[in-house]
Amino acid sequence: MAAATGGGVLPELGQVPWRARTDRRYLRRNARIWTAWTLAYGIPFPAAALALVWLEPLAFPVALACLAHGWIIPELYAFRGASVVRPKGPRNESSEPMAQGLLGDLLDHEPRELQRTTGLAVQQGGFGVWLVAEAGALLIPPGGRRVHCFCVRTTDRELPPSDRIAHLLLALRTDEEGFATVANHAFCGAPWRVRRRMPERMRPALDAARCAARAA
Amino acid sequence: MSRLIKMDHTGHTTLAEWTEADQAAFELAVEQFRCGLDEGYIAVHDQGGAQAEQLRELPRDAGLVILRRPIAGG
Repeated sequence: MAAATGGGVLPELGQVPWRARTDRRYLRRNARIWTAWTLAYGIPFPAAALALVWLEPLAFPVALACLAHGWIIPELYAFRGASVVRPKGPRNESSEPMAQGLLGDLLDHEPRELQRTTGLAVQQGGFGVWLVAEAGALLIPPGGRRVHCFCVRTTDRELPPSDRIAHLLLALRTDEEGFATVANHAFCGAPWRVRRRMPERMRPALDAARCAARAA
Repeated sequence: MSRLIKMDHTGHTTLAEWTEADQAAFELAVEQFRCGLDEGYIAVHDQGGAQAEQLRELPRDAGLVILRRPIAGG
């Protein structure tokens, strides 16, 4: 799989002039912030639940609410991350075969087969391995221990699904840093947290991308 | 044979095809290319090997040039 290394600057960066260009340092910092955020929910609430029960066993219902709070909020964040790759918008079944043909022409043999079965286009980039969906993308940095979830779409929502993927793929290949800058960062966390909330047919694509990221 | 295509609701539409020797077909392609840019499309030359380049002028030996819509954060 060849890496996306286009040397241009994405014209859409003009829409977000206030954003600093995304680089590896930004991604690492973002990953640390998400880890701290998860720990901030995952440790204090269960600890408070235990303390409540220890101090006053009759406070058991409140302790349960604390536990639920510490579990539900990280779950919701991970759900938001997985949602970026869910199929969205019109299916355009009449024009989709033609769009699929064009997308297939843009992909090598293995990524083409993977895209046809999972709906996600895999693309090696400078930041790691990307999985491009209709209205979002996942990035698995080298090592495969994390996944960044980006919400990004074409401005024409009525296009066939494969055309929407092709739009994102071409933008990514033109300027990977610009692509990550224009996209909205939705979540970062362990791949298993995202995987179990992804549609089942898409999970093999994440597994393949993790393998490729580990080998990188 | 080079091709200029536009991604649209039909999947894609071929706007022009030309060869390096065919000046008339190339001029027609340049006209379609400029119309596409005026409509807000972005021209991309997929160079193979997972590289793409944004185009502001249509090269005579382009191969495949694709007009795409802008993207935005969701």
